[in-house]
Amino acid sequence: MPSTGVEEARGKPTGPRLKRTSEEPYGPGLGERRLRRFWQRIGIPYMFLFPFLLLFVLFLIVPLVYALQLSLFQQRLVGGNVFVGLHNYLTAFTDSNFLGGIRRMAVFGVVQIPVMIGLALAFALLLDGGLVWLRRTFRMAFFLPYAVPSVVAALMWGYLYGPSFGPLSEIGHNLHVAVPAFLSPSWMLVSIGNIVTWEYVGYNMIILFAALQAVPSELREAAAVDGASQWAIARRIKIPLIKPALLLTVVFSIIGTLQLFNEPQIMFAIAPTVIGNSYTPNLYAYNLAFTNQQYNYSAAISFTLGAVVFIGSYTFMLVTNRRKGF
Amino acid sequence: MLRSMFSGKRLLAGLAAMALVVAACSSGGSVKSGKVTLTFWSWVPHLQSEIALFEKAHPNIHVNLVNAGQGAAEYTKLRTALKAGSGAPDVVQIEFQYLPTFEQIHGLLDISKYGANSIKGAYVPWAWSQVSKGSAVYAIPQDSGPMGLLYRKDIFAKYHLTVPTTWAQFAQTAAKLHAANPNIYLTDLPTNDPGWMNGVLWQAGWRPFQVSGSTISVSIDQPAGVRVADYWGNLVRQHLVATDPDFTSGWYSALGTGKYAAWVTAAWGPVFLSGVAGKTAGKWRAAPIPQWTPGANVSANWGGSTDAVTTQTAHPQQAAELAMWINHDMTSAQMLATKSFLFPTLTGLLDNSSFADAKLPFYGGQEVNKIFIDSSKQVNLSFEWSPFQDYVYSQMGTYLGQAVNGKISFAGAMQQLQGNVVSYAKAQGFTVKP
Repeated sequence: MPSTGVEEARGKPTGPRLKRTSEEPYGPGLGERRLRRFWQRIGIPYMFLFPFLLLFVLFLIVPLVYALQLSLFQQRLVGGNVFVGLHNYLTAFTDSNFLGGIRRMAVFGVVQIPVMIGLALAFALLLDGGLVWLRRTFRMAFFLPYAVPSVVAALMWGYLYGPSFGPLSEIGHNLHVAVPAFLSPSWMLVSIGNIVTWEYVGYNMIILFAALQAVPSELREAAAVDGASQWAIARRIKIPLIKPALLLTVVFSIIGTLQLFNEPQIMFAIAPTVIGNSYTPNLYAYNLAFTNQQYNYSAAISFTLGAVVFIGSYTFMLVTNRRKGF
Repeated sequence: MLRSMFSGKRLLAGLAAMALVVAACSSGGSVKSGKVTLTFWSWVPHLQSEIALFEKAHPNIHVNLVNAGQGAAEYTKLRTALKAGSGAPDVVQIEFQYLPTFEQIHGLLDISKYGANSIKGAYVPWAWSQVSKGSAVYAIPQDSGPMGLLYRKDIFAKYHLTVPTTWAQFAQTAAKLHAANPNIYLTDLPTNDPGWMNGVLWQAGWRPFQVSGSTISVSIDQPAGVRVADYWGNLVRQHLVATDPDFTSGWYSALGTGKYAAWVTAAWGPVFLSGVAGKTAGKWRAAPIPQWTPGANVSANWGGSTDAVTTQTAHPQQAAELAMWINHDMTSAQMLATKSFLFPTLTGLLDNSSFADAKLPFYGGQEVNKIFIDSSKQVNLSFEWSPFQDYVYSQMGTYLGQAVNGKISFAGAMQQLQGNVVSYAKAQGFTVKP
């Protein structure tokens, strides 16, 4: 833009409406500056975001809206599509299959999440404390189960649990030791919990280990100089300082537990009488859609489950977040 | 480097190449000289040989065979395609029990106007009654599974057991065997297999559904059903039968190690067994399925498929021709029977002496097919399926599982199933006759 010349000659800054920064050249008028500012502050960022936003809207928002619409209707074999308002949601709130699944997942989570996070924390602390030889190898080894697809992991463990010719029962049989019936109703939750823990301890450990790296070394050295043991350092310095990462892993675990699907679905093939079709709420929603052809009710169950997950994680964050700052 | 990669000429050439590939890959419709391409979804093994014969006999038709999964996996895709309005094949393999389900959602084309009724007489009557409604024909029968009993002759000899001809004898034999050897069972009750359960219920005279349009009558807990449920429930409670899910690796291994001395199965069982329990070759024999009334000759069907034409086909005449020819042409049908081991529904094949007299070495040279041919003729005609059979099956599996776990009685399971199915039918808009 050509300079106006006049202001330059007078040596005065241009009006108070627009603050001029040092890199902005004298010359472009107010309109052009506003346009450039808009473009720099808003236009270009959103342009970069646009591909993601497009995919986000197309593959997340649109299906959500469609599912919401589905949940307000009922597609009947006789009578076609019927608007039923919130009837599906009312049914969901009183559905014993759905509520039983939620209760089961709550019981599962209350035991499995502390065990898993506890193990992950212990391993992260061990590796960070420099007590372990071949640190990188152990880190890789712990993380490896996460690299195994969960379906493959469930298949593998299902085979290991097999009562008639699975390795665990055969070893027990040969040693004349009673092996628990892993695939029986009383043991199934524990068996699935074992698979989930095995899969995700490494993942959580990596997150906590990375958080531990951010703990300033001066603190550790000061504590060591003051005579604190490794355990005391861990308890009083490291764990409080990685609290945000701990909260993150626990919230992720809560969300994951309430949405458990892969492991029960695979276990269904080998223990159908134990799993049934509503063992977890997610499995129930899946079977409602693809076996019972009740797509509308399935959508309502999915939204209700989403609401439960939201409430669960939000409550947890509120409870653990009494002080300001996350 | 980047600049030269995206230079105008190269880009143009790349796009042109992509366009050619896309055009070549596009399916359906006539491409050259009036040739019709049909898509055929089927999981029958070795079906390509029969298709090759069909293409030779019909030079204007090209068939694209796609294995879209077995059973429920394929039906899910078919349902999705039918609901979406496109993507369904021209001809599709559907098991007998799911025909009403797909007829209900208007997914199957009535091919009587393409001459289907002309081949009616070639098939076993009960099979034809399952694929037709009056003069409308919705599918062509392919194979079937009339039921029978396979047993381990060596185990029976070892424990001095006689082959049971009635279910009462079956229970006594089970008790005798398990008392002699607590580690093995007379048979397995497959808790995950409602199709098997349905078969044994069918044989006892169980007729749970009667459908006419949008009216349905549901009588799952009728006396015949409760009788069969109680019978097997007693065997389970007394630990006289195993309760392992079938077609799992544990079950295959149990068949091989002799944990089960017998298998109540269907006509596709003999060849299937020889494939999975190779170690026990020569030790098995076949016998007719035990009866409820001594001296009776009543059988049932477990499994079997048909080929149907979908309503989305663009070439109904050719699709109907494919479905009919594959299952009616004698050479093709014989290949289905001998290469893919499908038990025929064509009376011509069933009466064929080379098929009937075949001696199977796995069964010590016994003429196994004769047993199942007789069984095929004893299958009661009047069994009707529901138009939401996968719901019924999944509920049967759930309640059977609960009964096996002791949460409810077997008879109670039938009653709960009745209540559930009635509510489901009502929720789906059907009028349920009491």
